[in-house]
Amino acid sequence: MFPSAWEYHIAPQINDAVRWLLQEYGAAFDKFSNGLLKLLLSIQGMLQFVPWWGYVLIIAVLSWVAVKKIVPVVVLSLMPVIIGVFGLWGLAVETLAIVITSVVLALVIGIPLGILMAEVKIFDMIFRPILDAMQTMPSFVYLIPAMMLFGLGKVPAIIATLIYAAPPVMRLTSLGIQLVPKPAQEAARAYGATRWQLLTEVRIPLAMPSILAGVNQTTMMALAMVVIASMIGARGLGQEVLLAINRIDVGRGFEAGLGIVIMAIVIDRITQGMAKKWDPQKRA
Amino acid sequence: MDEMDTRRRNPEESPGSPEIAGKQSPSGEEKQAAIKINELWKIYAANDIDLDVEDEDLIKSLDESEESVVAVRDVSLEVNPGEVFIIMGLSGSGKSTLIRCLLRLVEPSNGQVVINGYDVTAMNKKELTEFRRHQVAMVFQHYGLLPHKSVVENVAFGLKLQGVPKEERRKRAMEALKTVGLEKWANYYPTSLSGGMRQRVGIARALVVESPVLLMDEPFSGLDPLIRREMQDELVRLQEEMHKTIFFVTHDLDEAMRLGDRMAVMRSGSIVQIGKPAEIFANPADDYVARFVQDKRDGIRKADEQMEKFAQARAQSEKVVD
Repeated sequence: MFPSAWEYHIAPQINDAVRWLLQEYGAAFDKFSNGLLKLLLSIQGMLQFVPWWGYVLIIAVLSWVAVKKIVPVVVLSLMPVIIGVFGLWGLAVETLAIVITSVVLALVIGIPLGILMAEVKIFDMIFRPILDAMQTMPSFVYLIPAMMLFGLGKVPAIIATLIYAAPPVMRLTSLGIQLVPKPAQEAARAYGATRWQLLTEVRIPLAMPSILAGVNQTTMMALAMVVIASMIGARGLGQEVLLAINRIDVGRGFEAGLGIVIMAIVIDRITQGMAKKWDPQKRA
Repeated sequence: MDEMDTRRRNPEESPGSPEIAGKQSPSGEEKQAAIKINELWKIYAANDIDLDVEDEDLIKSLDESEESVVAVRDVSLEVNPGEVFIIMGLSGSGKSTLIRCLLRLVEPSNGQVVINGYDVTAMNKKELTEFRRHQVAMVFQHYGLLPHKSVVENVAFGLKLQGVPKEERRKRAMEALKTVGLEKWANYYPTSLSGGMRQRVGIARALVVESPVLLMDEPFSGLDPLIRREMQDELVRLQEEMHKTIFFVTHDLDEAMRLGDRMAVMRSGSIVQIGKPAEIFANPADDYVARFVQDKRDGIRKADEQMEKFAQARAQSEKVVD
C-alpha cells in the first residue's frame, strides 16, 4: 500500500479558492448566469413556439437543401414524429434548446480561437496541449467546475456542454487552415495580398469544408454531453435516461435513448450535407 | 502602349503606388534596366547562419552539408525593358527560386533586386505589398487559381486586392478573359476547366493588373505539347501588342528559342551563360550547356536526314516517271 504518511490533499485549497471566487465575484457570476439563462430561455421559447409539424417541414426543407434525395428527406423529416409518439416532445425541445445555445457559443468562441491557432504559432503551442487534455478528460469531470461556479440547473449544463463541445471545431478550423494548398496562397501573396486578405480571401474559404466538419463534430459532442449534464439538472431527454437508470426501467431508458439518437441522426445528416455542398472541389 | 512605356521609365508617376516612389535607385537617370539583379544569393539552411558570401570556406561547407542548399549563387543580370528574358535550367537548378526572389515570395539571403527603379530588396512590408499589386504579375506552373472563386472572380482577384470597385474589376476582368478567348467560361469554376484553359485564366489574371513586368514560372510545362505550342504562339501574339518585360522560366529549350529575346542558362544556382538563344545554341559555353542543346541538335539532324531521304526518294520516283 502507498504510505499514508505521504498523503496530501489539495481538495481543501480548491474548495477555498472556489469559495473565495464566489464570495468576491458572486455578483458577476450571477449576472453572467442570468444573461445565459435569458439567452437559453428565449431560444427555448422560440423552439416551443414552433408546432410539431413545423419541425417536420423545417427538417424536410433543410435536408432537401443538404441531400437532394427524396428517400432520405422523407425518412429524416418523419423521424421526429417518433419522439412525439413516445410522449417525449417537450423534453426533446428542452434538450434541443440547450444544444443550440451551447453549440452557438462553442462556435462563437471556438472558430476564432481555431483561426488564431493557425495564424499565430504561440497560440497553437498553448492551446494544443489544453485541447488534448480536454478531449481525454472524462466528460463527467466538466460537470464539477461548472456546478461549483454556477450551482445546479441549466446554466452549468450549458457551460459544461460548451467546454466539452468546443475542442473539435477549434482543432478542425486550425487544421483546415493549415492544410490549405500552398500554390493558391503563393499566388495570392504574389498579387499583393496582405495577411488579412490572405486569411479572408483564401485561407478561411478554402478551409471551409474542414471548419464545417468541425461544426458537425461539435454538435454531436454537445448532444452527447447534454445527456450527461442532466446529472446537474439540465432536464430534457437526459433526465429521462437518468430516471430510467435509477429505476432500472429498461424500456423507458430505451425510448429516451432512441429520442436522442434520432436528434443526432437528423442534425448530423443535415450539417454533413451542408458541409459537402461547400466543398469547392465539388462545385461545377 | 506608349503610356505603358512612359510608366516604365518613370515609376514615380505610376498610379496607385505613391508609397514606393521614394525607393528609386540612384542609377535611375541613365537608360535603365527593367530588372536588375545584383549578386543575388539564396541559401536554405537548417539553422540561421550569419551569411558572408565572400567567405568561400563557409559557402563550400554549406555546399557539402546535407542540411543546407545554395539555391541561388551570386546571380547578376539585367533585363531590358520590353524584352522576353528566359531563364533555362534543369529542375533543381534554382530557377524557380530565382524568379520568386524577384518579388520576395522567397526572401533572398543576400544581394539586390531592382525592378523599374524600385529597390525590391530594400522595401518594407507595406511597400512590398504595393509593389506586388501594381508593378509585377506572376503566372505559375501550378496555375494557383482559387477553387472557390469563379473564373471571372479569379481574373479579377488582383484588382480586388488593390481595392478596385466591383463593377469596374468585373468589366476589366471580362476584357482580359476576352483577350485569352475564355469569355464564355466566366461564370464556371476552375475545376471544370482543362489545364490549358486554367493557364489562360492565370494569364488573364496577370494581364488585368496592367503591370509593366510579367513573371512566368514554367507556365506551359504542365500542358500537353500541342496546347503548349498554342499557348506559346498566343504569348508571342500578346507580347506584340503589350511589349511588357517578361521574365520567363523554363526547362524546355524549344520554348526558350521560340519565345526568348535573350536567355540565361542556370546550373546549381549559378548562371553559366547569357546571350541570344541562337548564340547559345551555336556556341555553348561549357559541357553542361552543350548537353542541353545536344538533344535539340540531334533532333534537327534527324529531321535533316529524313528530309534528305525524302528528297532522294522523290527524285528517284520522278526519274521513274520520266
